[in-house]
Amino acid sequence: MAVATAPSALPVAKKREIGQSYWDLVKYRFKKNKLGVLGLILLIVLYVSFVAIPEFLAPYQLENRSNFVEAPPTAIRFVDAEGRFQAPFIYGLDRKIDAVRRLRTWEINTDRKYPVRLFVQGDEYRLFGLIPMNIHLFGIEADQSEQRIFIMGSDSLGRDYFTRILYGGRLSLMIGLLGQFLTLVLGVTLGVISGYYGGAVDMFVQRFTEFLSAFPNIPLFMALSAAIPVFWPPATVYFMLTIILAFLGWGGLARQVRGLILSLREREYALAAKSFGASDRRIMFRHLMPGTMSHVIVIATLSIPGMILAETALSWLGLGLRPPLTSWGTLLQDAGTVRAIRFVPWLLWVVPPILLTILTYNMLGDGLRDALDPYSGR
Amino acid sequence: MENLSPQVPVATAAPSADARQTLIEVRDLKVEFDIRGGVVKAVDGLTFDIRRGQTVGIIGESGCGKSVTARAILRMVPKPGKITGGEILYYRYSRYPDKSGKTKEIEVIDMTKLDPDGELVRQIRGGEIAMIFQEPMSSLTPVYTAGTHLNEAITLHRLLPIKKLGDQMAEKIMQYRPVTKEEAREIAVQMLRRVGIPKPEQRVDSYPHQLSGGQRQRVMIAIALSTEPYMLIADEPTTALDVSIEAQILDIMRELQKTANMAIMFITHNLGVIASMAEEIVVMYMGKQVERAKVVDLFYNPKHPYTKALLQSVPKLGPKTGARLASIEGMVPDPLHLPTGCVFHPRCPAFMAGKCDKLIPNWTKVGENHWVRCLLYEE
Amino acid sequence: MLNYLIRRIGYALIMVVLVSFVSFVIIELPPGDYLTQKIEQLRARGDRSAEQQVEMLRARYGLDKPFLERYINWAVNFVRGDFGESFEFERPVSEILGARLGYTVILALATTLITWFLAIPLGVLSAVRQYSLTDQVISVISFIGLGMPGFLLALIIMYFAIIVFNLEVTGLFSPEFQDAPWSFAKFLDLLNHLWLPALIAAVTGIGGLVRIMRGNLLDTLGQPFVESARARGLKNRTVIWKHAVRIAINPLITILGSEVFPSIVVGSALVSIVLNLPTIGPVFVDSLRKLDMYLAGTCIVFLTIMLLIGNLVADLLLAWVDPRIRLE
Repeated sequence: MAVATAPSALPVAKKREIGQSYWDLVKYRFKKNKLGVLGLILLIVLYVSFVAIPEFLAPYQLENRSNFVEAPPTAIRFVDAEGRFQAPFIYGLDRKIDAVRRLRTWEINTDRKYPVRLFVQGDEYRLFGLIPMNIHLFGIEADQSEQRIFIMGSDSLGRDYFTRILYGGRLSLMIGLLGQFLTLVLGVTLGVISGYYGGAVDMFVQRFTEFLSAFPNIPLFMALSAAIPVFWPPATVYFMLTIILAFLGWGGLARQVRGLILSLREREYALAAKSFGASDRRIMFRHLMPGTMSHVIVIATLSIPGMILAETALSWLGLGLRPPLTSWGTLLQDAGTVRAIRFVPWLLWVVPPILLTILTYNMLGDGLRDALDPYSGR
Repeated sequence: MENLSPQVPVATAAPSADARQTLIEVRDLKVEFDIRGGVVKAVDGLTFDIRRGQTVGIIGESGCGKSVTARAILRMVPKPGKITGGEILYYRYSRYPDKSGKTKEIEVIDMTKLDPDGELVRQIRGGEIAMIFQEPMSSLTPVYTAGTHLNEAITLHRLLPIKKLGDQMAEKIMQYRPVTKEEAREIAVQMLRRVGIPKPEQRVDSYPHQLSGGQRQRVMIAIALSTEPYMLIADEPTTALDVSIEAQILDIMRELQKTANMAIMFITHNLGVIASMAEEIVVMYMGKQVERAKVVDLFYNPKHPYTKALLQSVPKLGPKTGARLASIEGMVPDPLHLPTGCVFHPRCPAFMAGKCDKLIPNWTKVGENHWVRCLLYEE
Repeated sequence: MLNYLIRRIGYALIMVVLVSFVSFVIIELPPGDYLTQKIEQLRARGDRSAEQQVEMLRARYGLDKPFLERYINWAVNFVRGDFGESFEFERPVSEILGARLGYTVILALATTLITWFLAIPLGVLSAVRQYSLTDQVISVISFIGLGMPGFLLALIIMYFAIIVFNLEVTGLFSPEFQDAPWSFAKFLDLLNHLWLPALIAAVTGIGGLVRIMRGNLLDTLGQPFVESARARGLKNRTVIWKHAVRIAINPLITILGSEVFPSIVVGSALVSIVLNLPTIGPVFVDSLRKLDMYLAGTCIVFLTIMLLIGNLVADLLLAWVDPRIRLE
């Protein structure tokens, strides 16, 4: 090993940088970027809680309706009406009719108290779609028709909004990954080929991306997704939407990869490989493509939030996913009206997770960019 | 032999001998760059002077601090560089009377004490000390014509006398006014003609991309000289040009210097060029001045081993001798970790163990106007 | 220069034709659109007047003719100013879009101006004071702006306006000016309503442009011509604005035309939907939702033409400010 032959007087940090591969170096540099690491950790937390185990974290099932229509968020209390400190509990809610504003409202009834417990039994579900369970992270032990806990309020059908946000994240977060995966496969393959060979593929990639860039992309998304027939099953709609997002996204990536390949193929090492008689495929995928990977990873990471946002925007406008599918976009559909903001503002709780996701992806992408760029002197 | 420490430099200028007055006096100049990983001493204890009409050459390898010295004189050291010590005295001969109508005789200004963006520095910069650069291709702003560039310099720095007809008595107290647009253009065309640009009336409206590299450098010289400066700092002005163009540019500079009695500080790494331009030469190595002498002394009687090596590395015309061209052994040291003692000792053919790597050599006089920093010439 | 101009305009025209073709494909794409539904309804009635109406619709939209002919028919009518009919409103599309088109352009222009005049000074400040506190504050804000989509920001601002400040932020006019004839007072009222949506729609673009401007200017400040300008004795401010910024800004004009302006057009459409502004945006979404395809198709073509004009203007602007392109 190179480290063994290195003089022992070398400082530790130096030794690490000498004896290790490019990716070890990247890992080492990435770890030094606090914001990037934080982004990665947060993203893992987000994906685990929204994609893997929302059933466990949510106190109810997604479609569990109740009579508690548009109930405001329930405050979890530690101090009761007499000022005594005790274990967390919530007060019951009573229905009131506001005669002046002609509205149904909810009023706190301090006579009824329900302690908040961890790991309570509730709605049945299957963890990871396999293991039947009925334990939820938190909840109250009460009859569901008598009282429920809504830490982020409830919607117009009396469903727990916190539950809905958790479940909604699954579709929204996954569409970003799936769409980006499709984009990557298409974009990188076509980009490498078009950059290396030129010719017909190159012409096609060039003209297509130019043409797409002339269109305002979101209106095009909108028109295409409006064309998805209403009567198709939800799962098909979901995949169609993913394909539309990827279809419009690959061109930009292909163009960037093409540009990189164009410059890389004139580099000495590529020319050297060629003069040693390496095959085109070997040069393309062993020598040139790794050179683009760092850029591709950064571009991909930074464009996932765009996909998530596109889904959110489309569904919000009623052109993407539609109920009964629940995504952040469809939740926003109810939240993003003047009436909703005035009377049920807690429905805007869906906005923070969206922003958090975008922010963490950007943090991660930025950290990766710094770590992967061999010329950033830091 | 005299032995003077660099901390107490004695100005070698002897105005009486030459009858030429001092213009710039650099004393023990220090410039440091505070970068990540340490402090680079780009210039360390530089002392020399330039008199009016004189040409002083500064030579050395790239990165030895030549350009930084030039920029320090104009207070244009780029960030994170800082002048950390020494003085740059500028003997200012006021050209135009001040507001009260009086002309000051000589004013000594320490450039290192001035605000680098202040009014006074800007008057001197470009107006009294002009500078031309290494890259003529990109030294002109691409979106402005040659005329616009010239115009900037002329309107900033040139004043024209107001002549009152029939007022013979008042001739001594002259008044000045700024140039008008038309006059500025006229001066610009004149200047372009003087630096040998064909059809200057048309070329004045050319954009940089329409000019060749040689023409651009001529335009740069025209800009620099349009303000009639006392001194021109030329930072490797011909490095980027073809040899034939180089000769033309040098001719122009020599000719203009004669007619304008202008001092030139000529920075280069090209010994051939400096031999034909300079009267006095300063040799620099890793930010330190290693030798200073008249051009003849330096070429025929070099003292410092570095200067000797430098001279031997120049290919000579003549019968084939079969000898390999000499080169200086070793590598330029890392500026962050300079060698102890004499900075040249790891590469020096005359290295004296136990001495050169321990003691810092002093600035020693070895002859008339001939100074060297080497332990070989110390007691 | 003339050559360049002709090339750019020719390119824009070709794009319009292509875009209109794709738009027509989109118009025809969705199954179950209004026209089909309507004909089926009429058929179901089965009486003579219904048959006549079906015939009329067939003739008007050329339903029995081949696709290409229908497209040419539509395109020719489009150029003549007949954009077809909205099925939902049963009125010509031109009538529905008429006034909205103007407001769309006004909003997009206002947004572009705000973007430009906020982003450039901030970018310059950030670059000139590199690594200072100012630079770091501007950088953080621009990163947040870059990641913040306009329509979410609009929602958040709506929330604060309604819940916290109890304000009305929707619409482009106060009620008293809604139907009033144009006057200076109405114009002021428009400005008063316009700046907030324009600012919201500008946020993303500003974030991006500030970063690019900062990077470009830092590159340019290292160029020899900046040093030689300084060596001429120019003021620091003159060196930065007249020489460095003047060069660093050129690529931004292209980016403004090709990337920022499209995102502004789209962003202001989405913001319009949230804030209920009388622009094309809300009509477009509504028509898509109801598959009122002639209306939707026309909207796409108009939005695209706006982008192409923006692109063209940017190209011309660049040629105007950069002699290297102008004198080519």
